[in-house]
Amino acid sequence: MKVAKTGNEAFAEAMRQINPDVVAAYPITPATEIVQLFSQFVADGLVKTEFVAVESEHSAMSACIGASAAGARAMTGTSSQGLALMWEMLYIAGGLRLPIVMAVVNRTLSSPINIHCDHSDTFGARDSGWIQIYSENVQETYDNLIQAVRIAEHPDVKLPVMVTTDGFILSHCLETLDILSDEEVQGFIGESPERPNLIKSLQENKPITIGALDLQDYYFEHKRQSAEGMFNAIKVIPEISKEFAERFGREYSFFEEYKLEDADAAVVVMGSTAGTAKEVVDKLREEGRKVGLLKLRVYRPFPAEMLGKALSGVRSIGVMDRADGMSAVSGPLYPEICGALYDVNGKKPVIQDYIYGLGGRDVPMEDIRFVFEELLRTAETGKKEYTLKYIGVRE
Amino acid sequence: MAGKIFEIRWHGRGGQGAKTAALLFGDAALSTGKYIQAFPEYGPERMGAPVQAFNRISSEPIRMHSGVENPDVVLVLDMTLIGQVDITKGLDPDKGVLIVNTPLSTEEIKRQLNYNGKVCTVNASAIAQETIGKNIPNTPLLGALVRVTGILKFDELIEDTKKKLEKKFRNKPEVIEGNLKAIERAYNEVKTE
Repeated sequence: MKVAKTGNEAFAEAMRQINPDVVAAYPITPATEIVQLFSQFVADGLVKTEFVAVESEHSAMSACIGASAAGARAMTGTSSQGLALMWEMLYIAGGLRLPIVMAVVNRTLSSPINIHCDHSDTFGARDSGWIQIYSENVQETYDNLIQAVRIAEHPDVKLPVMVTTDGFILSHCLETLDILSDEEVQGFIGESPERPNLIKSLQENKPITIGALDLQDYYFEHKRQSAEGMFNAIKVIPEISKEFAERFGREYSFFEEYKLEDADAAVVVMGSTAGTAKEVVDKLREEGRKVGLLKLRVYRPFPAEMLGKALSGVRSIGVMDRADGMSAVSGPLYPEICGALYDVNGKKPVIQDYIYGLGGRDVPMEDIRFVFEELLRTAETGKKEYTLKYIGVRE
Repeated sequence: MAGKIFEIRWHGRGGQGAKTAALLFGDAALSTGKYIQAFPEYGPERMGAPVQAFNRISSEPIRMHSGVENPDVVLVLDMTLIGQVDITKGLDPDKGVLIVNTPLSTEEIKRQLNYNGKVCTVNASAIAQETIGKNIPNTPLLGALVRVTGILKFDELIEDTKKKLEKKFRNKPEVIEGNLKAIERAYNEVKTE
């Protein structure tokens, strides 16, 4: 059924349909609406969820960790500074292999203080052992959160998942959403698979400890197992996507290739800008110019091998980074795309980085067109002109 | 290739319902099977400060997520914004339409704006005052918008708005009736050149 929903409403609706055991959350712009709407569902008796109103995001994640360790399906939502305040607990959720699912609205980090979109908040959390899935529009925001439950809880993965949507651009934009029925969502996510948990261990009189001290003797083995969960997610994510597509008709993968096959020049882009960039690709194609696009959806695990294959035929690649890694080299995505292409045989493409849209700066079609013009030139000459260019900024 | 996207920009002041108008219009367009976007510009949000909201309407899924720069229609909820905000910015004088809530004539608005494109006027504030009992010009402007552009049918707009209002104002039938009457009056009373 087609309805009009904002990104935040889509997150909240998906959470209502998932009907988790526990939600612990603290409000932050622009993600506030998610838990505000959800707390109303709780008050109206539409969900069975235990809602824990906490005093900070650090506590929100701590409560989710406790609940998940006790066997509950736990969820939360946050953004920016809120995600930053969760920092140490993010690593604990990842390290303890707890399948918590979190709705994140991408917002930049202070300072200067700003409430608008870029990807610096979740990019910064990339090494925390969380799977990260990014959304282009409201539909993907909704679909990704539903798939996230299955990915997180898969016995071969058992890792927390964050699904992101672009702050204001999607979180506050009313769009057409093809919504599933409650039964369809429940049928897809099913019961949470059995995993060792505190409550069960006590009931069975075989108590376990979660989060114990783990020194030189075993820490490394446990970290290695966490990493294995991430390796396994490479196999599991497509399986879940396939099942989702079979049931509901919408297909997802680690990334989407758009007119990439015969492209001389292509951009790699994440989130809502991918949609605008597709319009630019179409316009340039009408002019007979061979351009394409790769939209990266799953950032962790990083699908390096598949990316290398998909991009190997392109002569010139522009990585679009909606964050500045402050590395004095490039944004955070650029070196990873370079790495993905390092092991590809044959002539390597020219790769240049473009940092754009920080703090919610609008990304008009002309800016993306500018990037393609630069890339088409380097595709022609085969010569890299620079590593990094900032676009849409006054310098 | 995506189809033609119809773009609308709403100008108002904080509290006048520019965002609500965009949401209501988006919802009404969706109910006729179109793909929609409705989003406000988030700047400093204060009562009385100039605000903007936007719509995109298309028969195909909408992929654009940049700002609306060249709207097909601009609606102005508050004529005191003239001279304060660049309300004709990006509007094509040959194809675009400007709809202003004002008791003034279209000629007078064109003179004040020094603008030669198509201008329509409707006294939405007076209509709202008489039908709803409050100066809420957003719902009557929906009627004017539909009349001028033909993007939705009048009946479709009325039917969907009624459904929305019935949910929100279950215990205030006079509010529902007033709003629907306001839409109808603005539909009939909007002055085009």
